Amino acid sequence: MDESVRKAVLGAVPSLRAFAISLCGNVDRADDLVQETLLRALANIESFQPGTNMAAWLFTILRNHFRSEYRKRRREVEDNEGRYAETLKSQPEQYGQVEFREFREALAQLPADQREALILVGASGFSYEEAAHICGCAVGTIKSRVNRARTRLAELLSVFGADDFGPDEQTRAVLARGGG
Amino acid sequence: MDTADLRNRKSSSKPAKLSREVQARLGQQLRAMYDDVVNQGVPDRFAELINRINGDGSKDRQ
Repeated sequence: MDESVRKAVLGAVPSLRAFAISLCGNVDRADDLVQETLLRALANIESFQPGTNMAAWLFTILRNHFRSEYRKRRREVEDNEGRYAETLKSQPEQYGQVEFREFREALAQLPADQREALILVGASGFSYEEAAHICGCAVGTIKSRVNRARTRLAELLSVFGADDFGPDEQTRAVLARGGG
Repeated sequence: MDTADLRNRKSSSKPAKLSREVQARLGQQLRAMYDDVVNQGVPDRFAELINRINGDGSKDRQ
C-alpha cells in the first residue's frame, strides 16, 4: 500500500471513530465498526481513487456497514430507537463523561437518518453534497434531515431544563463531583 | 426524565424555526462531543492493524 494512502487512512481514523460512536452510542460497538470498516477498506484499497477524499470513502463504508447491521437489528427488536437510548443509559460512565450525556441521550432519540445527516454536516465537516454522497441520497434530502434533526434536538434538550437548553451548569458540577 | 416521555412528546410536524443562537449552541455541543473523541487520536489497535496490513510483503520499515 502506498505510504500516502496509509497516512490518509490513519489520519481519518479519529474522525471515523467519532462518527461511529455518535452513530451507535456505544464505544465498543463503534470500535468494532471501525475495525470492520478498516479491514474492508484495506482489502479493497485499489478501488479507492487517488486524489479523492479518503475520509469520505471510509465514512461511506462505515455508514453502509452500520446501516445494514441496523436493519438486521431492527428486525430483531421492534423499538430500536428506544433500545438505543436504553443502551446509552446502561453505560453512563463509559467514555464520557457526564458532560455530553444529555446531548448524547437527545441524539439517541433521533431517527438514524437524521442523526447521521446532522453528524456528517454539523460535526464531521462535510458539505451537504459530500454528506448526500456518503448517504446515497439527494442533497435536498440531507438538508431537510439536518433541519429536522436540529429542531428535534432543540426540543429534546429544552426538556432537560436549562433556560433555553443545554447542560445545567450546577447539575453538571454536582454530578462531576459526586459521580464516580 | 423518562425516555418514553421524551419520545412521546410532540415530534414537530411543523418544524419551528430555530433561532440562530439555538442553532449555534446545538452546533457547539455537537462538535464538542465529537471532537472529544477525535482528540483521542488513533488507538493502538487501529494503528497496528493498518501498519500490519501495510507490512504485508514488505515488512522492512519500522
